[in-house]
Amino acid sequence: MHQFLQQLINGIALGGVYALIALGYTMVYGIIELINFAHGDVYTLGTYFSLTILALIPLSTITSGPELALVAVAVILLAALLCGIVGVLIERLAYRRLRNAPRLAPLITAIGVSLILENIMQIWKGTSEVPFPQFLPDRWHTVAGVRFDDRSLLVVGISLFFMIALNLFVFRTRLGAAMRATAQDRDAAQLMGINVNSTIAWTFFIGSALAGVAGFVSGLYYGTTFFLNGYQAGLKAFTAAVLGGIGNITGAMLGGFVIGIVEAMTSQYISDQWTSVVVFSILILILVFRPSGLLGEQAPEKV
Amino acid sequence: MSGPRRAFWAVLILIALGLPFIDRNSAHISAYVDTGYIVLLALGLNIIVGYTGLLALGFAAFYAVGAYTYAFFASPQFGMHVSFWLMLAGGGAVSALFGVLLGAPTLRLRGDYLAIVTLGFGEIVPQLLQNLDKYTGGPDGIASIDQPRLFGFSFGFNPVPYYYVCLAVLAISLWLLNNLRHSRLGRAWMAIREDELAAAHMGINTTATKLLAFAMGSAFAGLAGVLLAGKYGAVSPSGFDFNTSIMILAAIVLGGMGNLTGVFVGGIIIGLLNSLLLPQASNLMHALGRFTHIPVLQAVDLNQYRFMVYGGILVLVMLFRPEGLIPSATRRAELRVQHHDAVVTGAGAEHMAAQEPVV
Repeated sequence: MHQFLQQLINGIALGGVYALIALGYTMVYGIIELINFAHGDVYTLGTYFSLTILALIPLSTITSGPELALVAVAVILLAALLCGIVGVLIERLAYRRLRNAPRLAPLITAIGVSLILENIMQIWKGTSEVPFPQFLPDRWHTVAGVRFDDRSLLVVGISLFFMIALNLFVFRTRLGAAMRATAQDRDAAQLMGINVNSTIAWTFFIGSALAGVAGFVSGLYYGTTFFLNGYQAGLKAFTAAVLGGIGNITGAMLGGFVIGIVEAMTSQYISDQWTSVVVFSILILILVFRPSGLLGEQAPEKV
Repeated sequence: MSGPRRAFWAVLILIALGLPFIDRNSAHISAYVDTGYIVLLALGLNIIVGYTGLLALGFAAFYAVGAYTYAFFASPQFGMHVSFWLMLAGGGAVSALFGVLLGAPTLRLRGDYLAIVTLGFGEIVPQLLQNLDKYTGGPDGIASIDQPRLFGFSFGFNPVPYYYVCLAVLAISLWLLNNLRHSRLGRAWMAIREDELAAAHMGINTTATKLLAFAMGSAFAGLAGVLLAGKYGAVSPSGFDFNTSIMILAAIVLGGMGNLTGVFVGGIIIGLLNSLLLPQASNLMHALGRFTHIPVLQAVDLNQYRFMVYGGILVLVMLFRPEGLIPSATRRAELRVQHHDAVVTGAGAEHMAAQEPVV
């Protein structure tokens, strides 16, 4: 039982990261029906940006709690901004021209963009593991026999904060309404005076910025990264998005936590090396038996 | 076949037959053989992606199935030593079976979902090969696989016999595929690609036809896998990862999806790039660096830009020449961006493509 609770905590922390990445997949798919293959690499890019920014800050001179919090917030926002810009650039340069092409074309392009980003990161920091500066004090808590540290709390807290913010944004603002309208029917949205191009660009910005946040958070949590991280993490996050019902924002969050917990439990009760097999089997089974996911609507293919 | 086409193929065949005599460097010949395997893989993937229009991403998994099938049946691993020539058919058949097993439940999925399912399968297979180490040898794989023998003569590690075997397999495959394209089945595949609904209404059993595409495409990958395992005498999971799948995809995208000549040329370009040109170009840079005393050039390793090259090919071809270098006319008409008011759904785009005059 104690082991189970311990893994549940780990799974929730892991799930927070997957959920943040899954949001970007689901938003982009919702609006232009593209599996943005490069999204996982934008997430790794977020970790790379974060650790590069952290390296510029004289961390050893900062010790007080509020100052550390300020550093964390600044790094998150900056990494999110940079990733958002990368996302917008990718959409503008690689995807926009193909918006009306058969779906195969942008998907193949997205795979290409993913390879290019991976190669850029490989050249930037090499092929070995890259350490992430640990600037938070190593503080552990024990509640009911379950041990966790500040980092897990922070990971879950940051993920939840951004998820709530995103929900408010999508359902309470004009731009959010424009996104939902564009996702429903792009032609009609355009006729209603919505600037479809800029709405799609904003969707990419927000999705990629969230991937940047996930990149920071996972760097903090694992303390290390490497250039191909985003490939598997992205695929798992995509599984989360599909599990929740692709296009559904609440579903992506739920799916993220489910996948995180499944992964933690697999590594506890089966073996570490089987986690990928289990997660990808879930992906295949969900797509075959319930392609609309847990919370998605049954949408027959339009003819 | 028209005159110039006939001449083109005649020259090609002559060059192919004489290559080991022109270029006697055995490392080069070995690279040509590896290129041949990539062409074979590209021909197989082209049936699925190019002819039938189903995007399958984890194609290297079927390559792995073929290679491991031969490794299981012809190595000390299980003490079996079945003949290489028998296993050429066997490996192809087992891969085809896997293609059907994966295809049967998944082929009714929408295009991009199918892509992801096959990608998931492509991830699971190497993981299984790694984890089931009792049978597969784990990350180290299986070694001392039997080398092919013909009339009591063992091929050993000399690449020349492998070259001619590969050439023969390629020639038969090309002949077969060329005939298949115009057959009832080939036309059914292309009808499904262009409009699945219309094809079904014309009386094509779309599920069976798509399954057949999956089976045949996978069989080619299996064949390539057996050839690979025979040539190197060893297999390990690392050679069958996502990057291999993408390399094959890049080959058919570059050459021209759906066109046999295009895919053949694309496979040769990517294959040579992969096994010969990038390593050679690095050496050239090093020599240049030593000559000019520029240390950056002496240390450059162009191999590490390999995936930038493949990624760049995918992006640039899709953006500027989606039909590939040597396109088929029908595929070009379909893949060109339709300049029409925004209609997003795949079905909508296919609908518009159907309205365009197809030349």
